[in-house]
Order: sequence, then C-alpha cells, then structure tokens
Amino acid sequence: MFRKIAISALSALVLTSGAVRAEEGAETKDVAFSFEGPFGTFDEHQLQRGLQVYTEVCSACHGLKLLRIGSLGEPGGLNLTDDMVKEYAKGISVVDTLNNPGLIDPATGQPRPLTPADHFPVNDSYFQGTGAHAPDLSVMAKARKGFSGPYGLGTNQLFKGMGGPEHIYSILTSFTGETKEQAGVTLYENKAFPGGWMAMPNTALAAGQVTYADGTEASLDQESKDVAAFLMWAAEPRMMTRKESGLKAVIILGLLSVLLYLTNKRLWSKVKGKKLA
Amino acid sequence: MAGIPHDHYEPKSGFEKWLHSRLPVVSLVYDTLMIPTPKNLNWMWIWGIVLTFCLVLQIVTGIILAMHYTPNVDLAFASVEHIMRDVNGGVMIRYLHANGASLFFFSVYCHIFRGLYYGSYKAPREVTWVIGMVIYFLMIATAFMGYVLPWGQMSFWGATVITGLFSAIPGVGTSLQEWLLGGFAVGNATLNRFFSLHYLLPFVIAGLVGLHIWAFHTTGNNNPTGVEVRRGSKAEVEADTVPFWPYYVVKDLFALAVILTIFFAIVGFMPNYLGDPDNYIQANPLQTPAAIVPEWYLLPFYAILRSFDNTVWAVQFAHWITFGIVDSKLFGVLAMGAAILCMALAPWLDTSSVRSGRYRPMFKAWFALLVIDFVILMWCGSQHPSTFTGWVGLIAATYWFAYFLVILPLLGVLEKPTLAPASIEEDFKSHYGKAAE
Repeated sequence: MFRKIAISALSALVLTSGAVRAEEGAETKDVAFSFEGPFGTFDEHQLQRGLQVYTEVCSACHGLKLLRIGSLGEPGGLNLTDDMVKEYAKGISVVDTLNNPGLIDPATGQPRPLTPADHFPVNDSYFQGTGAHAPDLSVMAKARKGFSGPYGLGTNQLFKGMGGPEHIYSILTSFTGETKEQAGVTLYENKAFPGGWMAMPNTALAAGQVTYADGTEASLDQESKDVAAFLMWAAEPRMMTRKESGLKAVIILGLLSVLLYLTNKRLWSKVKGKKLA
Repeated sequence: MAGIPHDHYEPKSGFEKWLHSRLPVVSLVYDTLMIPTPKNLNWMWIWGIVLTFCLVLQIVTGIILAMHYTPNVDLAFASVEHIMRDVNGGVMIRYLHANGASLFFFSVYCHIFRGLYYGSYKAPREVTWVIGMVIYFLMIATAFMGYVLPWGQMSFWGATVITGLFSAIPGVGTSLQEWLLGGFAVGNATLNRFFSLHYLLPFVIAGLVGLHIWAFHTTGNNNPTGVEVRRGSKAEVEADTVPFWPYYVVKDLFALAVILTIFFAIVGFMPNYLGDPDNYIQANPLQTPAAIVPEWYLLPFYAILRSFDNTVWAVQFAHWITFGIVDSKLFGVLAMGAAILCMALAPWLDTSSVRSGRYRPMFKAWFALLVIDFVILMWCGSQHPSTFTGWVGLIAATYWFAYFLVILPLLGVLEKPTLAPASIEEDFKSHYGKAAE
C-alpha cells in the first residue's frame, strides 16, 4: 500500500516541480542544438560564428559583462588559441564609456586596450530612438523559460530542455514586420516575445549581416541559431565540465550501488534465511 | 542509556579503560552503532540517512561557497556567477548546493509521510516527532534565506513577499517587518543578515538532529507493524532485531548510493530544471516579475497561504468576530502556520490505539487522499491565481486541516482495525518463511 502511494506521489512531485508561468502569446520554436542532452557538446565552429554575430551586431547595444574574455580560450567552448583571444580582446571597442570606469585610461580619458583578463564591457546604452535598455546577455540563455507546461506539470522542459537558447533563436526569427507607436516609442511585433510587442527593432539582425569566415551561408536562421548557441555557452562556459563531472559521478555511484546491492543481499541472506544464488 | 537491552561496550586494553573512565566517547559511538533495530524495516526507513547526508552536503558545499560569495546587493549576483565561471569546481559545488536543497526537502517529505503512515509520531515517540517538526520549520527558514542570497529577481521579490507577511500581524506588524529587514524595504542590510542566519541555522539544525536521534534511540525505532520490540529478555530482543551495524548501515548506504546516482544525474545534466529562470536576472526593485513563485518544496504551504482570500466565509467570519483585526492576509499567514502546527500536534490528535496504518483500513484511504492533497496543493501553488485554482486550493487546504483536526480524532473511534502481528519476529517470518528460523 505504502509503496503504491509513495510511487504515485513521487512521480506526481516530479511532474509538478517546475513552477509554471503562462507566457501570453509567446511561441518558442524547438531547435535541436548540439549541446542538448547528457552527452551533447558545444559545436566550436558554431560558437565561433555566434561570437562573430555578437561582436559585429549585438554588441552595439547589448553587454556581456559577466563573461571574462579569456574564457574564449577555455576548452569545451570556442577553443580559441591564446593569440586569437589576445587579438580579439584588443579589437573590442568600448561603446558605453560611462559605465566602464575600470576600462578607461585615466591619463587619456579614452578606453584602454582590453586583455583576456578583462570582462566584456558593460553596455547600458539605449536602443536608438527608444527609451528601452538593451539587457545584458551574460546569463540570458538561463534567464528565460522557453518551454512550460502542459497544465503546469513541467514535463515539456523535461524532454525539450528549459528552452533558453530556443527562446533567443525564436525572438530573432519571429518578427512579423508590424510596428506600432506607443507613448512616443516604436514597438515591433514579435510572436515569441511575451506580450507580442518589443522595443528591439525588427532590423536588429538580418540575413547577410555578417560574412562567415568558414563560408557558411549567413541566413537569418543560421545567424540566430549561432548566436543563440554562443549565448548559451556565454551563460555557462563550463557546461562541458559539469556534464563530465556528472557522468563520472553517475558511473561511479552506479557501480557503487551494484556493489552495495550485492553486499546487502549477502549480508541479509542469513537473517532472511535465503540461499544465495 | 535507556532503551532496548543489548550488549554494551566493554573497554579491554589499558588505554581504553583509561579513556573510558575519563570520557566514554567510544562507548557512545559503539552503543549508537550497535543499537538493536527492528529487523522488518522497509525501504521507507532509509530517509534518515539520506537526510543526514544532505545536511552534511549542504554544510560542506555551503562553507566553500561562502569563501567566494559576496553578500552585497551590487556584488552578490556577479559573485555567484564568478563561482560558476572562475572558481575551481565551482560550477558543481554551486549546483550541488542549489539542488541539494531539493533533495533535502524531497527526502524530508518522504520521511514525514512515512512517519504519518506508520504512526511513528505516537507515544512514546512524540518528542522525536516534535523535534523533527522544529527541524523541518528551520529547514524552511534556512532554505528561504539561502534562496535570497544569489540576489536574483525571485530572491528579491520572494523576500519582499514573505517578509511582507509579518506586516499582517496587528499592531506591531510593520515595526516587526522593518526590524527584520533592517530598513523599510529588502536591501543590503536584509541580504547581510540573511547570509549570517543562513550560515548559522544549519548548525542549529545539526544540534537538533542530534537530539532527534538521541530521542528515538531512547524509545527504539518504530517499524512497519508499529508493534514494539519485546524487551522481556535478550533472546526476545534478538529475535525481533538486528544490530544497526552492519545490517542497516549497508542497507542505507545502498539506498543512498542509488538516490545519489539520480541526484548527480540531475546536477550534471539538468541542474536548472527545478529552479526558476527569473533568478538568473539580477534583482531589480523597480520591476516586479510576472509571477512570484517560491521553489517547489514550499509550494504546498504557499498554496494554503493564498487560498484564504476575502471571498471565503471563514475569513469573513473571522474578520467580523475579531472586529476587523484578522483580515484575509493575517488569516492566510495564520493558516500557513497552523498547517505545519497541525502536523506537529498529530501525536495528540490521533486517537487510534493502533500505531501502524497497515492495520487501519479506513485510515489507509484518508492517508492516501492526504498524499494526493499535498501534491494538488503543490500544483496550485505553482499556478497563476485563477478562479479555478482558487477553488481547488481552498478545497485542498480545507482537506489538509480536516485530516488532522477531524479525521484523525474521529477514526480512532469509528474504525475497526485489523489484527496486527503479536511480534516483529512473527511479521518477519510471514515474509521470509520458516527459513528465517
């Protein structure tokens, strides 16, 4: 009896665990990213393309302040060489000089060249022509829930993932082209955005806006996937370390479970009077 | 120590005798490990070890996190990310700690419902039960304050909502709330004191766990039959029990290894599944999140808190009879507190002379309903408030109280229990046959 109750209660607990929120009208498209699942890994070429999209397009308005530039060279991610990281750091332009006092050379009052030890600059500037802040993207891929439900049970996330990077991809590919004026601000209709209207212009990212060094065609779909994958990496540069540690622990504990099961069986066989197989 | 008669530690060598006459610590460890334990304990008796492990895990990972964490409203959020990005092993330590809270509560709920089904709260184990309830209450406080520390949106707004409950107390409420917060709103002072208390309370819990174990080592473990170990002679004790070491140590370690395998799979492969994505947005006092939802383990009591609004006649009646002192907010707070208090009072509310639910046919059904009720409350707590969830929540909350305040007292009178075995030995043999002799 207790076992039955316990099992049904436990499964129900697991099902209800994801606290659920109804996102009005927000539609997230499912993307099969390479880093999904226990064995999924980042595609370093995709991350490098994503970095290019971020650098050439997104960074004009969005910061990445929690990401250390040197992380670009860490294994399990973009795998850039030390020289490439140094070169990249030098090339970063500080858009928002007001909010990066640490990056300003006091002698000249101009931004100093960045090094791999620095973090990406803070960018707290406004969208042009709007009053809206462009949010920092450091942990954006973990700060959005793309999938939820059904009925508040949280099983969708169990199979599709939380949907953070999918949400970013969907935002970039779900503009309808409609605009409206509200309190002097232009809003752009976006099927993936909660509420349906967002301040980010529908021209923020367009096909062909970057030219990929590896020859990949820069369609809007491709650019969006690449930058979404890059932002997932930026939100958790050590995801591969985490999965590796998890896998090792699961294997070791699994083996330990088997050994302890056999020990336990043998130990209790005398008490229970059972013969060992 | 009092309790079930068994062999005690005898110091043999000169040094052992020397130490034993000055500090009988070896004797304490020996008697604790060798305590006679009913030999028919089932798999629901493993949660104690899992919970002890959780406490140690949380304290160890927590101490390491505290070495790198900065309790300041401007730096806390970034310092947590610093742990995840720059500290050696930080990503695992932080996720172990965050998900460790979930394992802790999952286990404690299994442990509590085990006790409720098998009547572990009944005489002579009331003290064990009440200490356990105090531990559970402190766990809630600790988890709540720990959740504030990363200083995400849900940290900040969760803290705002929960500390706001204190303002419902008539007269002194607002002053009390300001005293708790260290200001008019959740801010740096709040974050610092929550950090300090979040570090302190686990050690209080550890002390209470010691008392909890001491108490049930004095009364002896309950067991699935609810029949006490016979204490007439050493032979009777040996027929009913096995020593804790090695039998239950190995069994519990096996169970722990299986649970940890699942736990590490969650930590390694989906560490954010149980968390709210909003907590990866830094706290912003100017922007309220679309929904303020506590972590899953607090949802059932959160649902009880929310269920009692102005439309409930009991709330209106309380408002009228107290000349407006008890409004719906205070009523909700009182209901939430009472829901936990009811559990703590179960030893005196349950009038049945039979301990284990196994031999109580009517009780079984009501208990099953209570477990389902708990899950429904959890679901209600996670939902956006609507008319439908409001009704479901109210019915579920009412059943929670009805179970403890009406059903448990009445069942003792109305129910006709089935026959429990005369001894643990008899129960054990019925499972494992004559071979056990």
